[in-house]
Amino acid sequence: MKVWHFSEMAYHPAWPELRDSYRVVIPSRLFDPKVGADLYHRYLDEWALCDELGINIMTNEHHATATCADSVCTIPMAILARETKKVRLLALGMPIGNRNDPIRVAEEYSMLDVISRGRIEMGFVKGVPFEISPANTNPADLVERFWEAHDLILKAMTSHDGPFNWEGTHFHYRSVNVWPRPWQQPYPPVWMPVGSPGSAMEAAERGMTIGVLNTGWVRTPAIFEAYRKKAAEVGRPMTPQRLAYMALIGVGNTREEGERRADQILDYSRTSGIVAPQFMNPPGYASAAQSGQALRMSGGGFRAGRIQSRDGRPIDPRRMTVAEAIDAGLCFAGTPDDIFGQLRAFYDHVGGFGHLLMMGQGGLLSHEDTVANLTLFSEEVLPRIGDLGA
Amino acid sequence: MQRIDVGKVTLEGSVTGEGPPLLFLHGGDYFQQNRAFLDKLSERWRVVTPRHPGFGASDRPEGFRSIHDLAYLYLDLLEQQRLDDAVLVGSSFGGWIALEMCVRSIERVGRLVLIDSLGVKFGTREERDIADIYALPADEVLRRTFSDPQRWVPDYGQLGDAEVTAIARDREATALYGWRPYMHNPGLRQWLHRVRAPALVLWGENDGIVRPDYGERLCRALPDARFATIRRAGHYPQIERPEEVADAIEGFARAEVKR
Repeated sequence: MKVWHFSEMAYHPAWPELRDSYRVVIPSRLFDPKVGADLYHRYLDEWALCDELGINIMTNEHHATATCADSVCTIPMAILARETKKVRLLALGMPIGNRNDPIRVAEEYSMLDVISRGRIEMGFVKGVPFEISPANTNPADLVERFWEAHDLILKAMTSHDGPFNWEGTHFHYRSVNVWPRPWQQPYPPVWMPVGSPGSAMEAAERGMTIGVLNTGWVRTPAIFEAYRKKAAEVGRPMTPQRLAYMALIGVGNTREEGERRADQILDYSRTSGIVAPQFMNPPGYASAAQSGQALRMSGGGFRAGRIQSRDGRPIDPRRMTVAEAIDAGLCFAGTPDDIFGQLRAFYDHVGGFGHLLMMGQGGLLSHEDTVANLTLFSEEVLPRIGDLGA
Repeated sequence: MQRIDVGKVTLEGSVTGEGPPLLFLHGGDYFQQNRAFLDKLSERWRVVTPRHPGFGASDRPEGFRSIHDLAYLYLDLLEQQRLDDAVLVGSSFGGWIALEMCVRSIERVGRLVLIDSLGVKFGTREERDIADIYALPADEVLRRTFSDPQRWVPDYGQLGDAEVTAIARDREATALYGWRPYMHNPGLRQWLHRVRAPALVLWGENDGIVRPDYGERLCRALPDARFATIRRAGHYPQIERPEEVADAIEGFARAEVKR
């Protein structure tokens, strides 16, 4: 199993000022650039450390939010492409249905791939609903735009005989000619985060690796199963490397220490869903049938009830405890033995996967604790899971 | 479901009443709440009420993705059903469609009635003429939409699957056509001189989505228009004050001499 360290580069100093929304409408006067610079540098240091620890690196991006100050997922990658030498670099990823210029995305990924000498993995994301407002992209045709951008980016990265023409529904270029071409041939591995069996099948048809986030013990098995089934149906080779699972991980020399670290990381889950309800389900983002049902349940709660305990009880993410998060399969915490046991049980429950997306830093977890968390994981857990999902 | 066919496009819709033709173009939401108004109009006119492509149970052909497609479709409808000298009534988003039709052709439009219409940009780039219904809290949108929201907003919990899905399709299609630029066509204002049909611009005095002063500016931008407000009404006065709006339309249509 490959392990990837993920942090949202949270700007947590603003959190005490926030209440009803951590996203979209919060003023940037709450961001102090001097404090922000220190935070960016420490998060980058933690990723750079991963190169020595044998843990791969994952970034993401969100917009207009204090929960994730990484607003351009390829910027930390540009720094790390040079600062690191060995580990792989996954940007999960680029919201290509929300970016106006897919060619620019192809250029960014190609340059990163060349500078890192072939260590980039490319994530394409549809984006959570509250990303629509900062981008002001049309939610009603987001999916269509996403796939057109996807097709165009891959064609641009694999065409090496001069310009080609693209006059599509959403994107128009008469001279697509991306320089540089990527290091990896025909192009770097492609990832997509998914949250439903339907999306998993779309990814399986195209041989993309899926990253499954916050789906836990209850929702993950059906998603992985849909992927395996679709891959078999379309004759795509199925390996565990097509499946990735994200978990919040706090490891310590004692169970208390590991759980304390997990508790701080869990502030990610407690804050990241706090969004003013009008941004939770823009029209057309979900299907009309789903939105109709949400309307009947009286509006904004479209994303509520997504986190469930192992026996199906809804968990309020704002108040989730470490014990609840472990039970829900969102978090592995405790001693290295505890982590291994929890991970192994989850792995067996969902039928296996090849990548563990480890949120090894989140919320207020300090630099010292993050370094200790990653180091202990690399020394005591990593050697034991190398063969899982290999 | 009653249907209206326009060429190859099948729309949910109704044709009611007897008399001279009137085409009603509805707004982005609250389609069913127009019933009392349409019944009242049907006493005097033959009222044709399509539900726009992608709304309710209406088809949306794959190439339909802008307001222009809707304008041409309804010009086709006027032509195919020979709705000559028609009264064209557009509410909110439907008013925008009506304006887009009239800058193209008023051949079959005898009179134009715009009710709290969208579609035109008057303010500067940093002024928002049309309230952002996608960014305001839901209860504020309701307060801006209706003079008396309690009375007009349906109890969604009591509606069946088909009806809530139809409403979700209304909202999805409104977003598809109107998300960006937001509920207007930046090029429309420069062609409003072509709307040469006599026009009545009606506005709910409590409209908080597009304020009455927007309606007055719209009225001044049209070559032959008069402006009137409807008291105790918000963005959809024909829903809140169906009789008053129907009377205003009748008074206007009768007073106008066909050119």
